[in-house]
Amino acid sequence: MKNLSKLGVVSALSLIIGASAAFAENIKIAFIDPLSGPFASTGTNGLHQFEFSADYMVNAKGGVLDGQKFEVIGFDNKISPKESLIQLQVAIDQGVRFIVQGNSSGVANALTEAINKHNKRNPESRVLFLNYAAVDPALTNDKCNFWHFRFDANADIKMDALTDVMAQKEDLKKVYIIGQDYSFGKAVAASAVANLTEKRPDIEIVGNELHPIGKVKDFTPYARKIVASGADAVITGNWGADMLGLGKSIIDNGFDGPIYTYYAAGSGITGAFGESGKGVIRLIGEGQINPPPSDEAAAFYTAFKEKYPDGNVDQSRISNTIGMLAAAIEKAGTADDMVAVATALEGMEYDTIWGGKLFMRPNDHQLIQDMHIQAHTNEGVTFTYDNSDYGVVVESTVKMASMDIASTCEMKRP
Amino acid sequence: MELILVNLIDGLVTGLLLFMLSAGLTLIFSMMGVLNFAHASFYMLGAYFAYQISLALGFWAGLLFAPLIVGVLGAGIERYGLRRVHQYGHVPELIFTFGLALLIEELVQFIWGKNQMPYSVPEVLDFTAFSIAGNSIPAFKIFMIFISISIFIGLLFVLTKTRVGMIIQAALSYPRTVEALGHNVPLIFMGVFGVGTALAGVAGVIAGPVLGTFPGMAFVLGSIVFVTIVIGGLGSLWGALVASLLIGWITTFAKSYNIAMSDILNGLGFATPENMSENPLRDLWTVTSPQIADILPYILMVLILIFRPAGLFGKRET
Repeated sequence: MKNLSKLGVVSALSLIIGASAAFAENIKIAFIDPLSGPFASTGTNGLHQFEFSADYMVNAKGGVLDGQKFEVIGFDNKISPKESLIQLQVAIDQGVRFIVQGNSSGVANALTEAINKHNKRNPESRVLFLNYAAVDPALTNDKCNFWHFRFDANADIKMDALTDVMAQKEDLKKVYIIGQDYSFGKAVAASAVANLTEKRPDIEIVGNELHPIGKVKDFTPYARKIVASGADAVITGNWGADMLGLGKSIIDNGFDGPIYTYYAAGSGITGAFGESGKGVIRLIGEGQINPPPSDEAAAFYTAFKEKYPDGNVDQSRISNTIGMLAAAIEKAGTADDMVAVATALEGMEYDTIWGGKLFMRPNDHQLIQDMHIQAHTNEGVTFTYDNSDYGVVVESTVKMASMDIASTCEMKRP
Repeated sequence: MELILVNLIDGLVTGLLLFMLSAGLTLIFSMMGVLNFAHASFYMLGAYFAYQISLALGFWAGLLFAPLIVGVLGAGIERYGLRRVHQYGHVPELIFTFGLALLIEELVQFIWGKNQMPYSVPEVLDFTAFSIAGNSIPAFKIFMIFISISIFIGLLFVLTKTRVGMIIQAALSYPRTVEALGHNVPLIFMGVFGVGTALAGVAGVIAGPVLGTFPGMAFVLGSIVFVTIVIGGLGSLWGALVASLLIGWITTFAKSYNIAMSDILNGLGFATPENMSENPLRDLWTVTSPQIADILPYILMVLILIFRPAGLFGKRET
């Protein structure tokens, strides 16, 4: 009896050791974004899309290299740059080598600086920063570094594509610009003004203002000003609860022109806008959802819905990030030497399931991709958002947007 | 000129909404002597319950039942939670309500998830009541004003004109004497707590469709409610009303008009520095009123605490 239990203990122990050895081979990816507070829904949906992409695109196909699996670990940064740096240190201490983050360029600015310093001081535990949504242009211009890669189009590229489309609308005379008071909101406003004055000098910018991020309870006063200004169209970079609050009160207060936005879909926002947003909300972004661009994309979406019935694939760039990281690791033949992985990512061309080609520009690590203007509607929607009848449908496309956009980046390579 | 009228209405809506939250909080404060950190969480619960009920029975059933459920829940928490903690003093009570706020937020996320809920204005009220110079006033806002004012009048009547109200007022100031006269003071406290949280629930029901129903809604409104009752004077119903309206109008007007700090400073006789990008006070010079609208109530609170520590209508010395 005694021997038998000993045998049991030994075999259990060896099982645990064996399991943890297999566990240790996982390639860990730290997801540092808000998982609580006003922007929790945006962050949590992003985390689900990362976990699903890693499982569906990499782990289910046998992993990378000799069977190493991707493991995505969520870290809650409460949208604070200070908290993010603490979480970054925790992640590095846990052996994470790949950091993904996207919500708030303020956080991204803090992270890219900290990671650059860390990599200089600790060559043995370098990490890569894969930015999937922070679009402040500075990150791939003045503040660029070798360890940072951006998989979303930056605010300048999006605004360039958006204003190309807006410039063709002859009856557009007055535009109102409003955004959140931080680096990204300011970048959107500056870029909108620059692009519009260049492409359509006759368009009058009747308002250009910022509001505190995540603190406004009621957007009605802002909406009043917009209506009173006689604007034909509104441009905003708002996201999360700020987007829904602003959009809802603009529409409620009698505005019927288009609202051009970056992030007004998914995370409950599409469902909450519903009928009121139809014909008003226009989004600029990458990744075509409707009509489905390929069979793979449709299969990906269907499989995602099976795992997360309440979720949406509203950030197709997340699957691009995972796909390109896996390709880079395969090409470099290692997941430990960050210089090799980063070099493999530079200049990579990648065929995405969401249609078109992706190209990681080597000089500033900005991904170049197709940009789409999508409309919030309930007509011709194959994959709806938020289990509502509404979704986004592509209206027009700019191929390989801003391929030659200038960059002030002076990349220092190790 | 027309815009002033529109802003007055908008500010009134914001102010009255704030009043429904602060009225309950200030009553509970005068009763327990402790701030209820979880008060805004009951507001959130009101919105979520109403959304859930409206799916099955429509908006009006939600308006009726959600505050009732929230009130019963609040009374239960007072009876089985706070009353037990009360004997250990104020600090444990504070910590208890603080923990409760966190717990409710997590529970809401657990049950409903972190997304925005598609809780919307009922179709009967989904039209433009009237418009002033192209600015439409939705009928729902008129409805919100109507509900809040009737609640205020009802509260005032109950507290000042009825026997129940007199006993409550007496119990707030001299609980021992009232108890000695044969009234059940703990029951009164439980009732006040229940009504206070139910009021927050009503606020949630009618604010949810307009301001959005999401797990962060308590957080966004939480701190401003405390500011309101501090400005109004802790424990004063009239103070809560005046302070709420004041905050509603201040923030609305500050957001509606682009008053630039540079204009104010110029008006005071300071010349604008020539080289702005090098100036150490650059941020002060470039600030505009919409940017700081939501922190103006906090500045007001600091001023009130300095010059009139009891608040506008407060009677207490603390």
